[in-house]
Amino acid sequence: MDRQGNTYTFLYASVMVIVVAAILAFLAQSLKPMQDKNEAVAKKMDILKSVQIESTAANAVEKYNKYIENAFVLNANGEKVEGDAFTVDMAKEVKKGDAERAYPIYECKLDNGQTKYIIPLRGKGLWGPIWGYVSLDEDKNTVYGATFGHKGETPGLGAEITTDMFQKPFTGKKLFDQGGDFASIEVVKKGQSQGDPHKVDGISGGTITSVGVGTMLEDCLSGYEKFLKN
Amino acid sequence: MSSEKEPLFSAKNLKLITTPLGAQNPITIQVLGICSALAVTVKLEPAIVLSISVMFVTVFSNLIISLLRNTIPSRIRIIVQLVVVASLVIIVDQVLKAFAYEVSLQLSVFVGLIITNCIIMGRLEAFALGNKPWPAVLDGIGNGAGYGFILIVVAFFRELLGTGFLTLPGLGAMQVIPDVFYQWGYANNGFMILPPMALIVVGIIIWVQRSRNKDLIES
Repeated sequence: MDRQGNTYTFLYASVMVIVVAAILAFLAQSLKPMQDKNEAVAKKMDILKSVQIESTAANAVEKYNKYIENAFVLNANGEKVEGDAFTVDMAKEVKKGDAERAYPIYECKLDNGQTKYIIPLRGKGLWGPIWGYVSLDEDKNTVYGATFGHKGETPGLGAEITTDMFQKPFTGKKLFDQGGDFASIEVVKKGQSQGDPHKVDGISGGTITSVGVGTMLEDCLSGYEKFLKN
Repeated sequence: MSSEKEPLFSAKNLKLITTPLGAQNPITIQVLGICSALAVTVKLEPAIVLSISVMFVTVFSNLIISLLRNTIPSRIRIIVQLVVVASLVIIVDQVLKAFAYEVSLQLSVFVGLIITNCIIMGRLEAFALGNKPWPAVLDGIGNGAGYGFILIVVAFFRELLGTGFLTLPGLGAMQVIPDVFYQWGYANNGFMILPPMALIVVGIIIWVQRSRNKDLIES
């Protein structure tokens, strides 16, 4: 057949694409279980980090099983419903209306006997999804720790939400104001949060990501209001 | 070529591996693949993993294209090359996610960007399309190694002088500069971690190489 002809070229391209697609599909399928496992471990490390427990990929599962006593799902009324918090896909849940959403929550018992509640978050940054975990003290109001992650925020700017510098100030902030109303935590311009229990400093140059974190907190935490007030 | 069978590691074949390490280095001489050399050299570990990944892609893309070289319609040869390179890169990405998850998070976009690494397409066009599979494999090894070698050297100095640590795959971060040095007043150079210093380190390597090998200096 004429190697430079149209028929040959079309056939060549078609066969090549089918062969390549088959190889890649097979590979992706066979590696999927391992990738899922890695993601689950990374998720457990994130959850533990929100209660200030450092873990590595090697001991995350063990520590998770030790500290996380309970993982359950709430509905919008703050009642327990069927389901395991760990398997809830937050990316899907945040797209639903407030009333239909599942609200996963983790109960953690620290070495000193204190109970902490961990709430997963999911929202939008500048370029893609951001997520995180907030842990609350037993009063279900004071923040004990927070950790954030992102898919592809700008390194050095928005991506700084993963640093301690951004996350540490969340500790001690309050979700409810003195009147007991839900006030959330706002991420404000750097330097304007001083002394305010409902504000933390944002990142200079990472404004959209910072505001995204604030919106995510408001959006994800408001659904827990009934549970947290109990 | 003579009808006699050429030995696998003849002088000519070995040269395919050694010249890209030195006189034809893809980064310092041909100035290809600079972008990733600047971006992933803050720590040694990602630099090593990226080097291995790039080498894997150069070797296998060279091999596959060389095997197919007589069948590829010349009008779509760039597309064919891209499909081969892109599939190999996806394989690397998937394997890293399965076996080296944390490193894959660190490398994030750079694994995907191997596709655009000029070295790979450059070698396919310049070498694999016109040579037999075995020399093409050697050429892939040589160029992958030449690239990786520079990446690792740059990362070594940047991490050592910037943080005092060295991170090796499987071993984690190890403190190399002892605490006494710090007590004597030694300080890490935070500049080394910033991207401009990668450029300067590469520049120093080019300088050293050219002053040792006068043939490389353009008139």
